[in-house]
Amino acid sequence: MMGPDLTWYLAVAAFLFAIGTLGVMLRRSPLIILLSIEIMLNGANLAFISFSRHHAEMDGQIFALAVMAVAASEVVVGLGLIVAVHRRRLELDVDKLSTLRG
Amino acid sequence: MGNVLVWAVWVAAAFACLGSGAAVVSFTNPFYSALALIGNLGSLAVLYLLLSAEFVAAAQVLVYAGAVMVMFLFVIAYLGRHADAPWAGGPSWQALGAVAAAGALMVEIVVVIGLKASGRLSEAPDVGSAFGSPTEVGKLFLTDHLLAFEITSIVLLAAAVGGVVLGSQASDEERIR
Repeated sequence: MMGPDLTWYLAVAAFLFAIGTLGVMLRRSPLIILLSIEIMLNGANLAFISFSRHHAEMDGQIFALAVMAVAASEVVVGLGLIVAVHRRRLELDVDKLSTLRG
Repeated sequence: MGNVLVWAVWVAAAFACLGSGAAVVSFTNPFYSALALIGNLGSLAVLYLLLSAEFVAAAQVLVYAGAVMVMFLFVIAYLGRHADAPWAGGPSWQALGAVAAAGALMVEIVVVIGLKASGRLSEAPDVGSAFGSPTEVGKLFLTDHLLAFEITSIVLLAAAVGGVVLGSQASDEERIR
């Protein structure tokens, strides 16, 4: 293959996943947490597509498209929850939304 | 010469991708975070093109950077100043633990892939121009992966119904109030 080989793409994917994890654990706003989850999903997608190219099999690309659909559904439900929380006049802070804690 | 060009595009896309990812996590204004995520998705689409996944790159730009992010920006605009997300003043050991956990996760991924696959990652087979084209993706979706295709439609339907239910419940509560 011309250009960078699979290792480099996987390094970028691992970095993206780690950045997303960091966002989920560090931030308190559910909006930013949703955005960070998108970054994690995209890191996984990049790994899928680079392995798909590496094996010259297109199944990885199919899986990446399925992940994209799941991410879209997750955003719909997540944003619905955020709007519902906002309409109940609650603060958008995952540390303060602890009613369900046992 | 072509090799150098591919490397240059790769380096630009990869650094744009990682930089905008870090920006998403670090901005306090979620509007800027969402804009940075659009940049992240766009540079990922460039990486997908380098991996000859043309259809996935197009879908990434249209569906993700287009539709999904517009939804995000609508909600951020709807929330207005309530959407602002200042860095929480939590205990610093929490932040240190988060950084350590994310670093450990990345080291784990690198070590596992390195142990399992090192030495076999360098040479990739040549692929024809049909690889990654919409025709091939469509063929696979309607033959080998028909079940995944149908399940995807059910997942999207369930998410749409869930979004409607969450929205209508919220408006009921507003009326009671």
